[in-house]
Amino acid sequence: MKKAFSILAVFSALLLAYATYQALVVAPTERTMGDVQRIFYYHVPCAWTAGCLFCVNLLASIAYLTWKSSKADALAVSAAETGVVFCSVVLVTGPIWARPVWGIWWTWDMRLTTTLVLWLIYVSYLVLRKFSDSAQTPKLAAVLAIFGALDVPLVYFSIWFFRTQHPQPVIGGGGSLDPRMLRVFLINLLAFSFLGAMICWWRFRLEVFQRELDEALALEALLGPDGLPQVSARSRSPLGKSPSATGPA
Amino acid sequence: MNSIHFMWAAYIATWAILGGYLVSIVRRYRRLQREQKDLQGKGFE
Repeated sequence: MKKAFSILAVFSALLLAYATYQALVVAPTERTMGDVQRIFYYHVPCAWTAGCLFCVNLLASIAYLTWKSSKADALAVSAAETGVVFCSVVLVTGPIWARPVWGIWWTWDMRLTTTLVLWLIYVSYLVLRKFSDSAQTPKLAAVLAIFGALDVPLVYFSIWFFRTQHPQPVIGGGGSLDPRMLRVFLINLLAFSFLGAMICWWRFRLEVFQRELDEALALEALLGPDGLPQVSARSRSPLGKSPSATGPA
Repeated sequence: MNSIHFMWAAYIATWAILGGYLVSIVRRYRRLQREQKDLQGKGFE
């Protein structure tokens, strides 16, 4: 398992290096925007990967609510965290592209706003997971994830439903793309999808490891350093009452 | 700043975010491994 993971990690790194070379060197320069258009080769694949990871989070959350599987819950939190990282890349690279092309860093356009809302929903999901100790937390988080996932199609279809400044999609949206650019875009899409899957898998293993260790620590706290059950003063006292409570009969 | 500077800024930001996250995963993994060793030292599996 560990060897297979290492091989896939090396493959992922090589694929990303090749995809970056294609984006920076091989892809032709866009006529009106110039080199800044090359941000598209990172921005769109990261948005796609984030969307896929949020869908994994949705499926894992439904699986958790259905079967109460701890592994499904671990996968849900891993996919959400990795998705937030890729969504952060989208929210950073988008304004860097917009500044020279639109002349502004940000506008409250429907696509941009729904993406920011999506990011905020999943950040709140992670905050809930981190700071709530209740036994109900995984269930609440799973329900939040289901509501959060409703924003994913809204982000995607916002450019059809609303008048927006954001460019139209290059595939299936009526936009045209030079075949050489399309080839480079698809290579980057594959590379970032693979990277997202690898990071999510790694994060999932970390989450499972963390839970196993937490169980072992809880067992240690219960049994004590000598491996025997901890007996409190209350249970040692006669009649099961604490010494102070056992006054004269 | 011209077009190419924005392009480099975006590429560097992408790898800074992804690299930072990968480093945080590695650090968390090492911390868990240390905790696991401590537990094993106390006789817990």
